[in-house]
Amino acid sequence: MPDLPPHNGQVPRLNDEGRVPLDAPQFQIAAHNPRRVEVAVAAFFLLSLAGFAGFGAAYWQGASNLWLGMTLGVGFAGFGLAMASWGKWLMPRGPFEEPRAPMATTEAEKELFIADFASRGKVAIARRHALAKLMGLAGGVLGVVVAFPLIRSLGPLPGNTQYRTKWRKGSFLTTIDGRRVTVNDLEVGGVLTVFPPDDLGGAISQTLLLHVQASGNVVTMQGRETWGPNGYVAFSKVCTHAGCPVGLYEELTQQLLCPCHQSLFDIYTGAMPVFGPAPRPLPQLALYIDKSGHIRAQHGYTEPVGPGFWSRGAAPFARYRGK
Amino acid sequence: MSTSAAGERSNPADKAYRWVDDRLAISRGGRHLLNKIFPDHWSFMLGEIALYSFIVLLLTGIFLTLYFVPSETTVIYHGAYKPIDGQRISEAYASTLNLSFAVRAGLLMRQMHHWAANIFVGSIVVHLLRVFFTGGFRKPREINWIIGANLLILAIFNGFLGYSLPDDLVSGTGIRIAFSILESVPFVGSQLAFLLFGGNFPGTAIIPRFFIIHVLILPLVILGLLGAHLGMLIRHKHTQFRQAHAREDNVVGTPLWPTFAMKTGGFFFLTTAVTVLLGALVQINPIWQYGQYYPYKVSYAVQPDWYMGFLDGALRVMPAWELHLPGHMIPNVFFPAILLPGITFTLLMLYPFIEAKLTGDVAEHHLLDRPRDRPVRTAFGVATFAFYFVLFGASATDVLANYLSLTLNFVLWAFRIMAIVVPFIVFAVTYKLCKELQQTPSAGKRQQFNLILRSADGGYTTVPAEQYPGYDQPELAPVDVEKVELTADAAQQDGDEGVYEIPRRYR
Repeated sequence: MPDLPPHNGQVPRLNDEGRVPLDAPQFQIAAHNPRRVEVAVAAFFLLSLAGFAGFGAAYWQGASNLWLGMTLGVGFAGFGLAMASWGKWLMPRGPFEEPRAPMATTEAEKELFIADFASRGKVAIARRHALAKLMGLAGGVLGVVVAFPLIRSLGPLPGNTQYRTKWRKGSFLTTIDGRRVTVNDLEVGGVLTVFPPDDLGGAISQTLLLHVQASGNVVTMQGRETWGPNGYVAFSKVCTHAGCPVGLYEELTQQLLCPCHQSLFDIYTGAMPVFGPAPRPLPQLALYIDKSGHIRAQHGYTEPVGPGFWSRGAAPFARYRGK
Repeated sequence: MSTSAAGERSNPADKAYRWVDDRLAISRGGRHLLNKIFPDHWSFMLGEIALYSFIVLLLTGIFLTLYFVPSETTVIYHGAYKPIDGQRISEAYASTLNLSFAVRAGLLMRQMHHWAANIFVGSIVVHLLRVFFTGGFRKPREINWIIGANLLILAIFNGFLGYSLPDDLVSGTGIRIAFSILESVPFVGSQLAFLLFGGNFPGTAIIPRFFIIHVLILPLVILGLLGAHLGMLIRHKHTQFRQAHAREDNVVGTPLWPTFAMKTGGFFFLTTAVTVLLGALVQINPIWQYGQYYPYKVSYAVQPDWYMGFLDGALRVMPAWELHLPGHMIPNVFFPAILLPGITFTLLMLYPFIEAKLTGDVAEHHLLDRPRDRPVRTAFGVATFAFYFVLFGASATDVLANYLSLTLNFVLWAFRIMAIVVPFIVFAVTYKLCKELQQTPSAGKRQQFNLILRSADGGYTTVPAEQYPGYDQPELAPVDVEKVELTADAAQQDGDEGVYEIPRRYR
């Protein structure tokens, strides 16, 4: 330990061999009027006593959250105030001093440690390098295999599940109750969340069916002339930004709003994002109306739904189209 | 605690002490512990708030685990909350309703737990700011700074996991966003998300897995790091402000026993009292109003807990960009939700080394800086904080637009611009303020008054009045930085109390 400068005697050190006499000024209490503090501390303890007892009574009687919390809170507050006041005003006010040596050790200490570590280490490993290598090899293999259960068992790997939904050619648009949607089910301006029949409530397949005009095909972009029969149009309900359900339909402006981060999609241009952070349009589901008046899917989505992921790329997605 | 009187040796406490001491030799280290000096300054209590709210979290959390069922199995609800009687909900949601309405003091414990989590993260942040602005992270305390930063990250993560457990509509939407964020990581994002969730969203196991991470794994890690944090605090001893008698080679204050023990014990109960009163008076996370989570349902104007706010705000103000590569992409959410916090926390942990590199200051420091004396650091810190505060505000774009009757478009663009402009303005203003304060030695001192005297010919002079009675620990007058001899070396004490040198690059 390096030499510390001698202290000036004003601030006593408690750890010194000779004890600091109890009548030193630093052992005096901080209060100018101890009697007043004592009364206050006693009052706080009485308050906490009443609070804790009140909590017991409230709990016994099954009282409301308000009574339980107020009584317990007053109890803790009184107890805390009493202790803090006692410590602050009726206990040694200080100041005392504690010496502090610099953290860094001396060069000599460092060298001794290094010498011990290295010399004993050399004795341990000398001429047994093969053993050391084997030890490293076995440990390394253990390190690799303990990661296996994490990768193999925690969950399935993505495979192509991010590219496909449960929508197939001819899938009936089905409500959460399992009812097939017909062409007469929605008023103009109406909106309904639909699923493929084998994935009711599905987080990935969820689709928004909108009745945006009374009749005629809704053409959102070139190549989609037949996708919106009889004024109906359907988009994936999974936001392309962060995956929230795009839940709000504004009929006046014909826009869809995601309530999580306020991305706005324009229906008549194919749910193109017009505001907010969403980078891509909502995928559109091609619809047709069969002879019995049911609304059905022409085929699955032509691109992955929902937010982006590393391997999504910009390639065409025809090969993932549900057959 | 005198043992000189023969009569006291035979009392039971004394006998017990001797029995233990003969076996563990507690007298040696114990005396040092009793005499450990704690500097008296209110800002040292901020870390204590974090510690004590963590204890409240552990205690109320143990209570909650006795009643919460971490299961997504659907049950038909016939519990105390009548409005959803007969509905099919998950066991996690049902058991949360049950412990809120049917278990005595259950709602109080749940609300206390949630409030304590908010206070825990909040006090960590404020404690971190105190350490940052006073230079408490400098050598030899860099390792403890890094541990503290990790504690903040873990506290945020565990808070998110915790409020995701009840399976309600608001938190479920948050989990959905978390899945998308995980998925956005280049190379391994999809695999990470699928492994954690047990499949594509919503997966098969998310509530049970979040539960065990929340109640066992992360609390153990936090406890371990907390132990290391406090262990290093004892090893390094406290830092202290430049007050009377304070030097680099000592600590001045009151001892652990009895003064500090009594005060801090009281402070624990006061922290608990605030948590209990909040739990009693201020409703938090009323999941019965949100309803059960279904992946195809969503609610309007929902915000995460405050410590996730900067992330939510960053997601909102991020322009609609994505990076397309041949056959691959880096999704939009990667930039605000992975890259931004990644850079943030990396820089946070590296800050002590960056500053040491820039200033060339490699000396040990145990005396704290006044923020004004380090204008660059202070301005940089405040500007960075302002940036995150703007992002935090941006998490309420929809609410603000409604409340202020502005268009969403305007509010969003205002936040996008503010996020870039505000930090620069704040930096300039803070730097200027620091410089001004340096010229005002009396600033920040409340106890001493000045007398303004008018002379016969009409001139005015200011003289300090007599000191406030009882104020016997005056702060040392800061050294006028312009008059200090320039050295490239660090603030080394040269034996003169209160005289310290400002390295050239700080000026």
